[in-house]
Amino acid sequence: MGEESNVGRRFDRLPETPDDRTVEGRVSRREVLEYFEDRFAIPPETFDEFTFWEKGAGKVWIYAGEAPDPIEIEAIGMTCLRTRQEHWKPTTDFVQRFGHHATACVIDLDADAAARFVAGDDQELEWDGDWGYLIASHEVGGSPEPIGVGLYVYGELRSLVPKGRRREL
Amino acid sequence: MEPLERYRSIVDDFDAFVAACERPLGSTVRVNTIKATPERAMAVLAEEGVEFEQAEWDDRVLRLETDSPGSTWASFHGFTHGQEEVSIVPAIVLDPRPGERIWDSCAAPGGKTTQLAALMDDRGTVVANDNNLGRLSALRFNAERLGATSLAVTNADARNFSLSPFDFDAFDRALVDVPCSCEGTIRKNPDAFDEWSLGHVRSVAGIQKGILRRAVQATRPGGTIVYSTCTFAPEENEAVVDHVVAEEACEVVSLDVPLDHAPGVTEWNGETYDPSLAETARIYPHHNDTGGFFVAKLEVTD
Repeated sequence: MGEESNVGRRFDRLPETPDDRTVEGRVSRREVLEYFEDRFAIPPETFDEFTFWEKGAGKVWIYAGEAPDPIEIEAIGMTCLRTRQEHWKPTTDFVQRFGHHATACVIDLDADAAARFVAGDDQELEWDGDWGYLIASHEVGGSPEPIGVGLYVYGELRSLVPKGRRREL
Repeated sequence: MEPLERYRSIVDDFDAFVAACERPLGSTVRVNTIKATPERAMAVLAEEGVEFEQAEWDDRVLRLETDSPGSTWASFHGFTHGQEEVSIVPAIVLDPRPGERIWDSCAAPGGKTTQLAALMDDRGTVVANDNNLGRLSALRFNAERLGATSLAVTNADARNFSLSPFDFDAFDRALVDVPCSCEGTIRKNPDAFDEWSLGHVRSVAGIQKGILRRAVQATRPGGTIVYSTCTFAPEENEAVVDHVVAEEACEVVSLDVPLDHAPGVTEWNGETYDPSLAETARIYPHHNDTGGFFVAKLEVTD
């Protein structure tokens, strides 16, 4: 069975289910929705009007517009998830855009911890939930707002805010 | 300020115009409604102690009392995006609707592109094109920070842009915000006149005509095009539109600009333009204490 492989310059739409897969290692839309629901309790219907695409092995993009499958252009929507590794990792920009739908694995930071997180600092914090990737959140302008993705292990929250997005606030 | 002298005959209150061009411009941001309402963005800025004033002509435009509008929580969360006040006008004039197919021909670094996505509630397709890969990476950075999911980004010379990557054959609307001599940005960039020459104005006008012609061809009959520059030169403004109206299936239509402005000129340096060019808008720095802009609205005909 010669399965196709991922083409680096091309966006391919994710197959609906694992059974529809034709490219080895590619995840399906169903698996992506299950991941967001299982890990962060984001309801699958949040993404009813969006499509998911892969370009670059394991780099998944979320898109609201029209496009044929496959399509060879520079970018489509925004990057949202990296899959071909043991633990899947959502992007900072995706978490900022959709993280307010999450009710699990969200760690609330106070003003000082939030500022340190955005500056890129790792910090020791209490967290009695699952280890792994968390959505860091804080209260701003009177309501909670997701900041980005952190990695929680051994009592420490590591900031994964990309270098270009870090700020001294 | 030498190049401005040539506009003495067409600018009302020329001395006020020159005086405004010599004043530096303040810092403005656009509220990104993909992520926040104006009320939420203002609440965050107020909590941070950043002073601001809301523009009376658009509640999404905030004038900040800070030199670093990018160093705020409001900016980090993508609630605000630094954008010059007058450059917020072209996308509003284009008036894109959710679900439509829009072409942004010269999109980088993406301020107007993401504004189009926001005006469409991030629903529909905004094809964001630019010929410069480095500037496209700035566009992608801004688009992701602002949470726009409806952009399809392409890298092509807009003059011969092909729709072949897509499965539709015409856009509903196009924003043609072309490279120009940038005279209207002098308050922001005091270097804007350093490279100025009539030869540059004429050569960039040729490129502008090519891009606007391609936009007309790529837009469906009945569709809308907005042509804009941040310069005063009639060679890059009315003359370009006049040329394209004569060569392609389109006409100038009246536009609703929410800022004080002057009508487009129909005569310049011994040339006359189609009378419809009076329906275009010249926004001068002394009108609203902003930068300068030219905006024209076109409708594609059968």
